[in-house]
Amino acid sequence: MALKKKAVSTSRGARSNGHAIVKPGSQDEALHLPTGGDRRRHTYRPPHVPPVEAVGLEERAASLAKRSIKKASKLEGLKMAISMMDLTTLEGKDTPGKVVAMCRKALRPHDRLDVPSCAAVCVYPNLVPVAKRALAGSTVKIASVATAFPSGQSPLKVKLDDVRRAVEFGADEIDMVIDRGAFLRGDYGKVFDEIAATKEACGRAHLKVILETGELGTYDNVRLASAIAIEAGGDFIKTSTGKVQPAATLPVTLLMLEVIRDYVDDGWRVIGMKPAGGVRNAKQALQYLCVVKETLGDQWLDPDLFRFGASALLNDVLMQIEKEHTGRYAGEDYFSKD
Amino acid sequence: MASKELATVTQGTALRPPKHGWQYAPSPEGTDHFKLKPRYELFIGGKWVEPQSGKYFKTINPATETVIAEVAEASAEDVDRAVRAARAAYDTVWSRMRASERAKYIYRIARRIQERSRELAVVESLDGGKPIKESRDVDLPLAAAHFFHYAGWADKLAYAIPGRRARPLGVAGQVIPWNFPLLMAAWKLAPALACGNTVVLKPAETTPLTALLLAEILEECELPPGVVNIVTGAGVTGGAVVNHPDVNKVAFTGSTGVGKRIQRDLAGSNKKLTLELGGKAANIVFADAAIDQAVEGIINGIYFNQGHVCCAGSRLLVEESAHDTLVRKLTRRIENLRVGDPLDKNTDVGAINSRMQLEKIQELVAAGVSEGCMIHQSHAQLPSKGFFFAPTFFTGVSQSHRIAQEEIFGPVLSVITFRTPEEAVEKANNTHYGLSAGIWTDKAAKVFWMAKRMRAGVVWANTFNKFDATSPFGGFKESGFGREGGRAGLMPYLNAEGV
Repeated sequence: MALKKKAVSTSRGARSNGHAIVKPGSQDEALHLPTGGDRRRHTYRPPHVPPVEAVGLEERAASLAKRSIKKASKLEGLKMAISMMDLTTLEGKDTPGKVVAMCRKALRPHDRLDVPSCAAVCVYPNLVPVAKRALAGSTVKIASVATAFPSGQSPLKVKLDDVRRAVEFGADEIDMVIDRGAFLRGDYGKVFDEIAATKEACGRAHLKVILETGELGTYDNVRLASAIAIEAGGDFIKTSTGKVQPAATLPVTLLMLEVIRDYVDDGWRVIGMKPAGGVRNAKQALQYLCVVKETLGDQWLDPDLFRFGASALLNDVLMQIEKEHTGRYAGEDYFSKD
Repeated sequence: MASKELATVTQGTALRPPKHGWQYAPSPEGTDHFKLKPRYELFIGGKWVEPQSGKYFKTINPATETVIAEVAEASAEDVDRAVRAARAAYDTVWSRMRASERAKYIYRIARRIQERSRELAVVESLDGGKPIKESRDVDLPLAAAHFFHYAGWADKLAYAIPGRRARPLGVAGQVIPWNFPLLMAAWKLAPALACGNTVVLKPAETTPLTALLLAEILEECELPPGVVNIVTGAGVTGGAVVNHPDVNKVAFTGSTGVGKRIQRDLAGSNKKLTLELGGKAANIVFADAAIDQAVEGIINGIYFNQGHVCCAGSRLLVEESAHDTLVRKLTRRIENLRVGDPLDKNTDVGAINSRMQLEKIQELVAAGVSEGCMIHQSHAQLPSKGFFFAPTFFTGVSQSHRIAQEEIFGPVLSVITFRTPEEAVEKANNTHYGLSAGIWTDKAAKVFWMAKRMRAGVVWANTFNKFDATSPFGGFKESGFGREGGRAGLMPYLNAEGV
């Protein structure tokens, strides 16, 4: 890859000095509300980001969605999409059996077709050890959601424990959620600090920061949240938990890629992007790849820098790949459900 | 559990990314769904007639330089025949018909354009060089929309000019350009017909085909013979149309030079005239603008239709503090413009319309370089055949430079800086043109402050090159006079009489 990853450098150290003393276990700790001695909230200056024109952004995304991807480029794109997939199950009803089946599918998505493995599986912390065993020695990474996923509405200590445990269990990547409540009430300092603390707790694991764009309400908020996540040390920025509608959309993804591009152009380290939820079929996947290619360039078409968080997408992509080979669509029962 | 079995299974296979990046395979729009005739005659009095001179000229595909068809060259005698047919149709049919009946014909034309839109879009791209995605998504929908819009006005003219009676003018002579051939025909024909006039239309000599297909559509719609006559040819034919003594109204879209000559020729003739001419629009970007969307607006403003757009945003006025960021973003962005086969659905910038136009662009770009401006050009691989020009912009441009003054009518942008809103206004208006302007800022108050001061017929805020059948379009100063589109677009085609 042309770009070299630089060491992560955030200004956490200097900034945490401003912290107030908050009694452990108090309500103030949970909400991080300013108390008499807390000037932290007022000293943190969120990054300056240019405004977003919604109509123009959506128009650009729609124009990229019209790219016509045919033949060899279609096949190449679909295989690339598989190699970038974080195959995901995040249900209350998840069991080892389900996770093992999904791991097999991630390793070898299809019995006949020549397709690559998925990039990773994404599971809850309790199921990380199961995935770890199932994927031992393979190229497929294990991502775990943590930090009181999906709401993030728990005390920081709990969130960090969640992260440390998932890493101990063997997670290679942590998908954290930001505190949207804090963001929407303007406490950007808390959002920044929590990401920075989570990054520290991750150790060598990669950190993906979920903004939950469906709850942020405006493109301007998405842009600011992306910038905060990058400056606080996130390795990836990710759209959604998959638990809130709307999840990933093409305009939101385009916007987040533009934020990454601006940081990279300013000489920051490279940052990855993960749209999650809402990418359900092969056609959409190709549209996302076009957006990546024409925003950040071909070097971002790399599982280290771009991922799809999805569960239903894989089979549709496989179906399209088979169709490219045979000229016919096979029924859905010709593709394993797990 | 199953995990034990997995130990023997594959270790997972990584994908090797494509060596030269992920390339889009060619995706050309098909051309087998229609058939063009090898030769087209003149459409006069509802019939296809041979030119009296027996002369024909060739129309070529600018992307391949191959001949598409032969087209009749109308002489002054042919034009006279066409005007007489139009006069007869006016006197005996069209001006006497109930307005609601006229509307039905115009609606029918609009629908037939929609039905044949795929074919029309492909022919527009073949004959003119514009990318199929533009002819398909912009030219064709807008052309149909103009007929729909004016069909609606036909029996409501009393509401367009309350308290007065609308009377048609008679025979309209219309001369249209090569940059939006079918769309310009629609802009001209729809209001003329809605108001009850008959027409002699002359399409441009490099792009006559869609107007001739439109004549086929008029036949299919059983429009009474002579209501619309289409005469093809070059400048001499156009001159015969505008100077014909029995023409009551002249509408011309094209260059300012020709427009001036027409205005001189028509002086004292009692013909009504509207002109839509050149432009050198300022696209003004403030530092507080939504910068990424401004970049898209700049791209759309100058590279849309290869810059063959009279209202193109060919002068980028950028607040000095945002200059470097914007130039960096533009430099990156133009590399993503896909230049090539106009029929490829992924092409962003197609072929330059003609060799003559390509040479004019090359001459002005050379002037920019020799005057010391800094050239930035996309590294797009241009096809070896046909007329192509890489997307280009100049920085370090001053108002006094030739590339800041003259209309290039190609994919070439001049970047000029300003410091204050007052200076932006002054520079934007410091041109003999005045067709359009763009303003990019996050501050609504600044938009209105600026828009009020722009000496331009169309002012876009936080967007550019947006057109709508309901919205009037036209110029200030040497960009012309008269408006096309919306209610204002009816006025050039009627006399408002006191009741």
